Amino acid sequence: MARTTKALTTTRTAPERLGVRKTYKLYVGGKFPRSESGRTYEVTDAKGRFLANVAQGSRKDAREAVVAARAAQATWAGATAYNRGQVLYRVAEMLEGRREQFVAEVAAGEGLPVRQAELAVSEAIDRWVWYAGWTDKVAQVAGSANPVAGPYFNLSSPEPTGVVVVLAPQRSSLLGLVSTIVPPLVTGNSVIVVASERRPIPAVTLSEVLATSDVPGGVVNVLTGFTKELAPPLASHLDVNAIDLAGAVGAEGVTWGEVEAAAADSVKRVLRPAPGRRGEDAEPDWTEAPRPQRILAFTETKTVWHPKGV
Amino acid sequence: MTTTASTAGSPFEYAPAPESRSVVDIASSYGLFVDGEFTPASDSGSFKTVNPATEEVLAEVAEATEEDVDRAVRAARRAQEKVWGPMPGRERAKYLFRIARLLAERSREFAVLETLDNGKPIRESRDVDVPTAAAHFFYYAGWADKLEHAGYGPDPRPHGVAAQVIPWNFPLLMLAWKIAPALATGNTVVLKPAETTPLTALLFADLLRQAELPPGVVNIVTGARATGSALVNHPDVDKIAFTGSTAVGKRIAKEIAGTRKHATLELGGKAANIVFDDAPVDQAIEGIVNGIFFNQGQVCCAGSRLLVQETIAEELVERLKARLGTLRVGDPMDKNTDVGAINSPQQLARITELADAGTAEGATRWSPDCELPSSGYWFAPTLFTGVSAAHRIAREEIFGPVLSVLTFRTPAEAVAKANNIPYGLSAGIWTEKGSRILWMADQLRAGVVWSNTFNRFDPTSPFGGYKESGYGREGGRHGLAPYLIEGSTY
Repeated sequence: MARTTKALTTTRTAPERLGVRKTYKLYVGGKFPRSESGRTYEVTDAKGRFLANVAQGSRKDAREAVVAARAAQATWAGATAYNRGQVLYRVAEMLEGRREQFVAEVAAGEGLPVRQAELAVSEAIDRWVWYAGWTDKVAQVAGSANPVAGPYFNLSSPEPTGVVVVLAPQRSSLLGLVSTIVPPLVTGNSVIVVASERRPIPAVTLSEVLATSDVPGGVVNVLTGFTKELAPPLASHLDVNAIDLAGAVGAEGVTWGEVEAAAADSVKRVLRPAPGRRGEDAEPDWTEAPRPQRILAFTETKTVWHPKGV
Repeated sequence: MTTTASTAGSPFEYAPAPESRSVVDIASSYGLFVDGEFTPASDSGSFKTVNPATEEVLAEVAEATEEDVDRAVRAARRAQEKVWGPMPGRERAKYLFRIARLLAERSREFAVLETLDNGKPIRESRDVDVPTAAAHFFYYAGWADKLEHAGYGPDPRPHGVAAQVIPWNFPLLMLAWKIAPALATGNTVVLKPAETTPLTALLFADLLRQAELPPGVVNIVTGARATGSALVNHPDVDKIAFTGSTAVGKRIAKEIAGTRKHATLELGGKAANIVFDDAPVDQAIEGIVNGIFFNQGQVCCAGSRLLVQETIAEELVERLKARLGTLRVGDPMDKNTDVGAINSPQQLARITELADAGTAEGATRWSPDCELPSSGYWFAPTLFTGVSAAHRIAREEIFGPVLSVLTFRTPAEAVAKANNIPYGLSAGIWTEKGSRILWMADQLRAGVVWSNTFNRFDPTSPFGGYKESGYGREGGRHGLAPYLIEGSTY
């Protein structure tokens, strides 16, 4: 047991000292509640050794997260793009400070050698920085001044879609997580993330980073638990505007088509999992260079008209 | 035929100014346009299309079966792989320019046919529908050989076969919105026009013959809901573009869930047209009238909820009533007509049912004194005052010439009321204060915000909704995205 404790803490303790373990909780509205259901489930490392008992979020926890995300969204979207960029960049600074912890967690959860886990963590932090720099550029790349045939000012610009649910990738527990939750944050969406079912620990640690960052409470909400239990109520929730189905691939008892169908009744924007090389359902290689399409998937183009005249 | 009570006997009475019907030849029957040829339906089935202003049968039109749809999709696939996809962009561009020019050349024919089949005033089909349709082809023609500069990567690729299902309110214009960007990007098309308005699409097929567009690049399958469903659910369709009701849009989204088909959905709306106490009132009145009575209110982005600042509500409603009294309702072929016929008895029944619900729920109903023609489908311009946000006429899309008037006190209240609805297609703002316009425009959750104007459309300007009004944009550079693999997110 001493060995696992060591794997999940950054402090180097004397072998005889018994480590102080953490209670893993949800992150909703800037607070760390237990699941209202009182349930937890056991998470192990890649070799099946006990790592933690993690909160098993319920439908009700999911609904609470939607309320928190909705309440926080307008303020986040209302911040200037420059400010959102700074706030997100600050998160990357704090991720850097937790490097060792993330490396240990990624190595344990994904069964990677330390060297590879370090690469994944470095890539995740750099990716966070890449996205942070997009906040005040998206509108320039994705917007347009439209030369209409008449005396009108006509401008189109992207706006956040609103409340976005992210089913985080099942395999890539930090790089995949960062690659899916930051793009919607860039433009001012709030996010409810359903963490990787079997590898949720980096997501919980990330929520601790977010809680001490300048990202307002409720802008990111982290649910741990079973994807098959949490995805359906979130997909059909009327106050959720969009859903990223990345983590529907490889989740037990879930097919992404069913989740997409549940999202249809409220005309949600659905980002499907990208097909694998042979068209199969497979988690993508998250080390590939990101494109702004993931940001744009959670935006709405607004076009404003006004007459010109003296 | 065209009457307005308030002007009868006044010096401003208009003499009839009928457009000539003889400029267009309507065949007694039409087949499906598949692979460059007109063919009957596989089971020889057909339906009638009528002039909604007179109930006269205009033509018999083939009703495409699943087998016919399959034939059309195969033709489109062949044409995409063999001809249209490999064709250099600049050659595709020239075909589209040709189509734009042919539409302009034959504009009067198209305008008359549109008015006969749809019931909209000739003034609108002549001045809006047909010229804007031609402009759409002209705009997207120029994109066909510039796609690598559109912001979707160095070599953006088409999806393949686009299935397009369009509504009856702007039959030719919606056809143009759908076909022009699809062809410009190298997709081929199977298009299903609305059951009640198939004729301009079939005349467009004749225009394609003149343009010498290769067979199979555009296929037109007429029919009703079953035909549309067969098309959307055909396994070899790559991209779906649908304009119509939110209910059908949801069904389509559900049907294609779990497939790799991409979709653009342009669905319903319930736009708030917001008038502040400092608004330019004369312009606002014209904007309100245009917002809800243009095309008999059968417009997804119609300004069907008038939100008036409380201090000017009484005066504005009086002036609005005076203006409605001058609207000329009647013969759509008369060039003086402002408000034409409702497109179908089904639509008339829906408008009637919702307007009756308005009365039953306690709102006050008013219409100008106008005599409606004895045959055809008609609904007088109607105004409801004393409407609360909970009333059905404030929440549901009526798709008819019915305006619900609500009031507000502060800008924040106007925003809250405007946004408190599942739809988010369009909105209007009327005020002389620039900073307020921009603040309001930021707050409104709608894809198109018209300030001190309403119901303006342009091929360069992206159009589409937030929330349950659908997703994807049509028009402008944004309108290319859903037809390109690299541009598609949904």
